[in-house]
Parts: sequence; C-alpha cells; structure tokens
Amino acid sequence: MIEFRGVSKRFPDGTLAVDDFSFVLPSNKATVFVGSSGSGKTTLLRMINRMEDPTSGQVLIDGQDVGGLDRVKLRRSIGYVLQASGLLPHRQVLDNVTTVPRLNGVPRRKAREDALTLLDTVGLGRSLADRYPDQLSGGQQQRVGVARALASDPNILLMDEPFGAVDPIVRAELQVELNRLQRELGKTTVFVTHDIDEAFTIADQVVIFREGGIIAQAGTPAEILANPADDFVATFIGADKGKRTLHLQQRDGDDGVVLVVDGDGRPAGILSDQDATAP
Amino acid sequence: MSWAIENFGLILRLTLNHIALSALPIVLGFVLAVPLGWLANRRRALRSLIITVGSLLYTIPSLPLFVILPYILGTQIKNEINVVVALTIYAVAMMVRSASDALAAVPADTVEAATAMGYSSWTRFWTVEFPLAGPVLLAGLRVVSVSTIALVSVGAIIGSANLGYLFTNGKQRSFLEEIVIGIIASLIIALVFDLILVALGRILMPWTRRRPLGGPKVLARARELEA
Amino acid sequence: MQFFINALAWLFDPKNYVAGAQSPLPIQDRIGEHLLYTLVSVAIAAVIALPLGFFIGHTGRGRQFVIGFTGGMRALPTLGLLMALFLIVGMTVPFTQAAFVASIIAFVILAIPSILAGAYAGVESVNQQVVDAARASGMTELQILFRVEIPLSLPLIIGGVRSSVLQVIATAVVASYISLGGIGAIISSGIGLNDNARILGGALLVTALALVIDGVFALAQRLTRRRGVGGERLTRAQKRSARDLSTGRVSVAATTADEGNQ
Repeated sequence: MIEFRGVSKRFPDGTLAVDDFSFVLPSNKATVFVGSSGSGKTTLLRMINRMEDPTSGQVLIDGQDVGGLDRVKLRRSIGYVLQASGLLPHRQVLDNVTTVPRLNGVPRRKAREDALTLLDTVGLGRSLADRYPDQLSGGQQQRVGVARALASDPNILLMDEPFGAVDPIVRAELQVELNRLQRELGKTTVFVTHDIDEAFTIADQVVIFREGGIIAQAGTPAEILANPADDFVATFIGADKGKRTLHLQQRDGDDGVVLVVDGDGRPAGILSDQDATAP
Repeated sequence: MSWAIENFGLILRLTLNHIALSALPIVLGFVLAVPLGWLANRRRALRSLIITVGSLLYTIPSLPLFVILPYILGTQIKNEINVVVALTIYAVAMMVRSASDALAAVPADTVEAATAMGYSSWTRFWTVEFPLAGPVLLAGLRVVSVSTIALVSVGAIIGSANLGYLFTNGKQRSFLEEIVIGIIASLIIALVFDLILVALGRILMPWTRRRPLGGPKVLARARELEA
Repeated sequence: MQFFINALAWLFDPKNYVAGAQSPLPIQDRIGEHLLYTLVSVAIAAVIALPLGFFIGHTGRGRQFVIGFTGGMRALPTLGLLMALFLIVGMTVPFTQAAFVASIIAFVILAIPSILAGAYAGVESVNQQVVDAARASGMTELQILFRVEIPLSLPLIIGGVRSSVLQVIATAVVASYISLGGIGAIISSGIGLNDNARILGGALLVTALALVIDGVFALAQRLTRRRGVGGERLTRAQKRSARDLSTGRVSVAATTADEGNQ
C-alpha cells in the first residue's frame, strides 16, 4: 500500500506542482495517474522512490515514511520503467536486466540466469541477450526496460509514460502484455500517462488529474465511464463528444451484421458473439 | 640512410626519451582533466573559470613557457621536468574542455535512469557517466597525444635530449637527412600512440565497436519487421 | 619573484626602446617583426585555405581529406619542419634571406589546417534548412555561400584564423633558432648571454602579445555571432559540430569558436 498524506511540492522556480495531495494506492493493483502535462502526476510518481522529495507532507509505503529511508536502498527495492526505456547504452541487454540485482550484491551468474528467465517473462527471445540497446526496436527496448524493473522482484513497479515513445501498434501490444504480467505477478503498479485510453486499458483504478495535482476523479474505468464526475472529466475521457456512449445499429444491406456506433453515429466496430478475454 | 644506421643507438635513445617525455604529460593530463571536467559541470561559474584558465594557458607559446617555468619551479633551465610540466599544462588545458563536454553530453535520461535504479553517485559516475563519456574523452585524448608528441621536440632548444636534438644538431651541421629522420621518427611515435589509443578504446568500449550499417534507427526498424 | 621583477624592469626600461640600438633591441622593432611575420603568413594561408574550406564545407566533398589532413598536420613537429625548410631553402636562397623565406613557408604550412578546418566546419554547421530555404528562394550557389553560409558561420571561421595566428606567434619564437627576428630573438640572445632578465622578459612579452591578440579575436567572434546569428547562442547544430570537431580530429578552431558562448 502506498499512501500520499498531505503532499505538496513547490519547485525552486516557484511553480507549485502538487498542492496538498492525499490518496491511497491499494497493494497488488495497477493504479494509473492520468492528466495533461503540468498536472503533477509524474512528480507524484517520482516521490515514491524519492527521485523528488515533497516540500511538505509524507509518502508512506506500507505505513513507513519513505523520507526516513535511505534513498539509494529505497530505489533498489522499487522497479522503475521510464519513457524511452532509459537503458544503459553501453551494456548488453542481459547486463541491463541484471543491473539492480548486481547492485544488490547478487552473484553475477545467478543474476544472469534469473535475467534470462525474465526475458521469457516479458516476451523477448533469449537470442537478444547479447545485443546492445541501440540494436533493438523501440518496443523491444521497452520490454527490456520492464524486465530490468522486475529483476530484483520488487513489490512496487513505477512506470513513467513507458510507452510514450513507441508507435501505436507496438504500444497496443505492450499494453496487452503489461496486463498479462500484472495478472501473473500482482505487483503494486503505479503508471503515469496522458493517454486516457491507455489508462483505461491498464488500470484497476484510474486517477484523473487537473492542474496542480488536484484529483478530478478517481475510480475504476467502469465507474468513470459510467459517471464522469464533471465536465472536465467528461471532456477528458471524450464522453462529451459522444465517443464513449456506444449503441447498436442495424443498417439495410449489411446482411444482418450488427454495428456498434458512437454518439455521432460513427461505426466503432461490430458486435461479436465471442467473449472477450477477461480483463 | 647510412647515417641512420651508424647512429642507430643515438636515435633509439632519443626516441625512447621522446616517448617517456610525451607519455607522462598525456597520462597526467588525462588524469587531471577528468576531475576538472567533472567539476566544470557541477557549477556554471566554475565552468567558465576552468575553461577560461585552460584556454589562456593553452595560449602561452611553448618556448616561452619552457623558459619561464624554471623561474617558477626553481629548477635548472635544462632540467627535463620543465618540459614535462609545460606539456602537462598544455595537455590539461586541451583535455579539460573535452572532458567537460564529454561528461555534459552523457544523456540526462540515462543518468536519471541509473539514479532511479539505485546507483549511488560515486558508483554511477564510474560505471555509467565515465564509460558513456568514453568515446568523446578518447577523441580528446587522441588530439592531446598527437600534439604533445609534436611539441616535445621544442624542448631540445633548452637542452632536452629527445628527437628534437636531431633537428637542432642537423641544422648546426647543415645535414638534412638527420632532420628528416627526426621528423619521421616523431610521426611514427604519434601514429603508434594513436593506434594504441584506438585499440584501447575498442577493448574498453565494446559497445562502440559494432555500429550497425545505416544507423541504429534503420536497423531497429528492420528488426521490428523481422520479428 | 626577484627574477620577474628584474624581467619587468628590463621590459619597461626606456633604454631598451631607443631606436637604432644593437639587436635584439629596440624592443618595439622586434614586436613589429613578430606581428609582420604573423600577418604575412596567416594572410597567405588564408588565401589558400579559406576558398578550399568553403568549397569543402559547401559541397561536402573532401570531408575525409580535411579530417585526415588536419589530424596529420598536428603530428608534424614544428621545430623539425622549420629546420628542414631552412636547409632546403638555404640551398637556393642567399643566407641572409633563407631564415625569412623558410620561416614564412613553415608558418603558412602550420597555419593552413586551422583555417581550413574553421572554414569547412563553419560552412558545414549552418542549418541545412536555412540553406534549403535560400536555394528554394532562388539564390545561386555562390549567393548561398556569401550571403547565408559565411555570414552565419563567421564565429567558427574567425575561430580557425584565431588558432592559426596563435600557432604562428608561438612558432615564430622558435624560429629565432634559425636567426629569424621577432621577440624570439630577445629570448635567444638572453640564453646566449645567460641574461635572466632578457630571457624572462622576452617570454613574458610574447605571452602577453599572444593573450592580447587572442582576446581581440575572442571579441571579434562574439561580435560577429551577435550580428550574424541574431542571438547570443549558437544553434544546436553549430554546437554539435563544434564539439565533434574540437574533440575529434579537425581543429582547435572549433574549440575556440564556441568559447564566448559559455
């Protein structure tokens, strides 16, 4: 469990990024912070592993104030995936994955064996183990980034717009993969994005931010879609444009195929008999 | 060529001394410039100071520096320490700029990622920033190496026994061959040093070795299609 | 410390400035010679290297040549070059002029790489979009060069000249060894007479001269940058190019060029 207790952050240049923020993130669930830039979501994420320290207030992990912990040790106990993966360009894939275990003193051999298993977990071929990061595609780099974050088997996984730099097709693939991993591993995941569709895909719980770290609405994707708290949320998720209210339509000449259309009558897809895989 | 064969012992002795007199400043210059370059990146004011002092020192002509140093160090004018100190000053002055540029050019994202993973700043410097600055540091070091080897010979005017002796002696005897042999030997040393540095770079920085043809982006795309 | 006081006393002694005194005096004549050698050889080098550098920078042809050539030239020991040329020139030119002719040739050879690299790097560093826009608006290649590329890259071009001037000032001191005049003559006569005040005085004088001229060039670079690029800062491409060059093999030209920017 991660708890923010009355947290504020004012940067040296005077901007107030977060103002008196309090929130609890449940264990073993994926919480997604979503908002436009300047909403303070990344700052909040970075407070969890003390990449930033709050100006006032506390961040607690399982009841313990992180402000009292050694930041280097804290960071080694938390997985972190960055945009553009942040891989070390001078190290091969396998050495990137073993970084944190090696920092924690795990013997090289053992760390490398574990890392190979992790490559399987994140869906990367073992043949990529001795590549350098710039020999991989963007999607592959992100998978390595995830593997690296998981390598020390942390309870908490922080993801800062991890799929922002990859193309839409690969991004969709990675989102599905992440869902699978989350089901398998049950980490306490905090995911930051400005893409509401990505948020809905990944989240158990979504937190929508306004500027200055103020919560516009928090809840499950279904709750938010069904009942946007206000106009801001409705606009943000696209409900005001009718994008989110889908209904069925049967048109002449379609041989009985049922279309699913949005509020403006734009086809969104067809109705299928098959069950979607449970989210 | 007969002169070179007859005087092989002399040429060898001068060459070895030439190597010693240049290797020392090159190594010292590197060792001193890296921490200075690191310092220069810590604070803006420090950066201006270090870079300015460096470029001013580099502006001092070599022969005058050779003859001024004994008065400052209290050494005899013919003492080779003067040559080593002068060349070290030039090496640091040249290298500090490369070092600060090299360290500044390490991608901030990568440093950030390393911090987030739990590197202490000391470990991070040695295992992430320093190696990533490596290629630019090496380029700077190669320039320092070549320049230093060429400059050593000026020391012969104040009596240093390096290949420059062949120049002053050849001039006195109006003997062109001796001078040309000195120039060639000096060029060979520079070339060999350069090859050694490049080889060291390849051994110590394996990730720079196999740059894919057509650039990383193209290759990455190719792999994506292949997968 | 006493040595330095004596040296300064010697430098500021009016006696040493009396016209017609025995060589290496009067001092002002030696300064004049030193500047003359520098001016003549850098001018000749510029006439050769600037057009070549512009051509290479504009067309991109011969890039490898510049990098190899400037790197290789750096390895050439100046003293050896000077002595070899002195002997070669001495075979045909009368002894009284041999030192001058040999020195100027040596200085020109030493000055060319920096100027070449500065001109080439400067022109090449100009933002390609700006050049494309100029071409699209109907400029001829020469107009692009003279109205766009050269004005925009003046700081780097001047940077190249700056390093070559400093190189020549330094080498001209060494040339006193083949009995060329200039401030070097003061130092060599001091060494001959075992006169510390002279040795140190001459050394301080030429160092001061180098620093002053370096300062003038730094100023020129700063002024042309403000006027030419319309702002204090170099473009990112210029900076990158400057860094590549200063750390790579091309030249000190580029190094000095972005100095004022820090």
